[in-house]
Amino acid sequence: MTGGEYVAAAYGVVFVFLLVYVAIIAAKLVRLQRDTAELLELARRREHPDA
Amino acid sequence: MSSAFLRIQGLPALAVLAAGLMGLALLLSFFIAPEDGDQGISQRIFYIHVPIALTAYFCFGLGAWKALLLLWRGDERHDLESYVAIHQGTIFGTLTLITGAIWARASWGVWWSWDSNQLVLFLTLFLFYCAYFMLRFSLPEGPRRARSSAVYALFGVALIPVSFLAIRLAEDFIHPTTFTRDGPQMTGTMFAAFCVSWAAVTLLAYVLYRVELVGKRLHTDLRELREALE
Amino acid sequence: MSYLADVAALTRKDLRVELRAQDTLPAMLLFVLSTLVVFHFALPEGTGEDAAYGLLWVAIVFTALLGLARAWVPEQEHGVFDGLVLAPCDRSAIWVGKTVATLAFLLAAQAVALPAFALFFAPLDAVALVGVLLADIGICAVGSLLAAMAAAGRARELLLPLLLLPLSIPLIVGGVGAAISTEPGRYLLLLALYDGIFAVLSWASFEYVVTES
Repeated sequence: MTGGEYVAAAYGVVFVFLLVYVAIIAAKLVRLQRDTAELLELARRREHPDA
Repeated sequence: MSSAFLRIQGLPALAVLAAGLMGLALLLSFFIAPEDGDQGISQRIFYIHVPIALTAYFCFGLGAWKALLLLWRGDERHDLESYVAIHQGTIFGTLTLITGAIWARASWGVWWSWDSNQLVLFLTLFLFYCAYFMLRFSLPEGPRRARSSAVYALFGVALIPVSFLAIRLAEDFIHPTTFTRDGPQMTGTMFAAFCVSWAAVTLLAYVLYRVELVGKRLHTDLRELREALE
Repeated sequence: MSYLADVAALTRKDLRVELRAQDTLPAMLLFVLSTLVVFHFALPEGTGEDAAYGLLWVAIVFTALLGLARAWVPEQEHGVFDGLVLAPCDRSAIWVGKTVATLAFLLAAQAVALPAFALFFAPLDAVALVGVLLADIGICAVGSLLAAMAAAGRARELLLPLLLLPLSIPLIVGGVGAAISTEPGRYLLLLALYDGIFAVLSWASFEYVVTES
């Protein structure tokens, strides 16, 4: 590998790490959204217990 | 009590600033700084590798600071902050080792060198903080875990100068020393590129730290909400 | 003065328990001697003396780990830990007492192991022995605290080595350096610095680590 390719590899690794981080945050958001939906359902049932 | 709302408002602006600084850093690193005479183009890895290493130290320092606050003031919030900071430090530490290995391969032809004392120092600290997570996962949640983690985080920071001294005792011929006692051995533009890179990476780490913290606090808040509703 | 009296009482208690039960010290002794025998087979023909010193330090650290793993067990087995912590003495005195007792066991084991090493592998001069003593202090000081931390959780036998090994690296550098370097003074200074910093840190933070709430 030439010098330039090593530089690209180093910066590329950083870039990939950041993207993986974004993916993990996205997964966490999905879970948070699901939890919020469940809690919303619980709250609604409290408001209208007979519905 | 643990509402994350007030703390998040400045975050998008910080993230934009980090993005801008990073763009400037890349511009300086690749297009404006001159090419190094000895190492050629692979020297440019320096502009991302060293800031990442310094940022890892910064994150560990932040974790230790939050740990000190926890022990000193007893506020439980600092436990999570310390944990997230150390988590960031470990991630950046991993990146340091990887980019360092790539640079080593480019400059010296080997992926690792036990002769390089700075690498060994960093590896020691990295292992130390990996053990931090082992400690956390083996203790049951509660104030005792928070305090033990905090004490351990502080030990890590104390370990840094002591390990550094231990390593300095042996001669170091291989790891390029960019900062000697006379000052940086770089030209003005190279130094500028380095500084901007450093600021960009540090700010990036801080933004990621805040983002992760918000996520964790949201999770805790929702759990509390669930307990209130069930 | 009563602080020192507390420490003396706690140390005496640990030594007396060990004298009666006699499980930790014989184990450490046997372990370090067995390790030295293993070294004889582990070191290939013609290896320099320096390698032997390196292995000696590995043996010392692992022997210390053995002793430390058992350090808080008497308290836990008899449910005394909480009682000890509630005892009307400064909690840090408990740490000092435990550190001194563990140090005593380590030194006792080394009193046999080091002459054996000097006889069969490589000579140990006074400087090297001072290095061993200083490093012992560091290992016991930090180890007592880490053992107390690990004792609260599960898998404590696995956790203690993981916690102690990175912290023991400067000590190993110092100890080996004191034995083989032509300028051992710097290494002894490093060991003394480590002991100073980490003993104070351990002493100060013990209370935070053992209190329940």
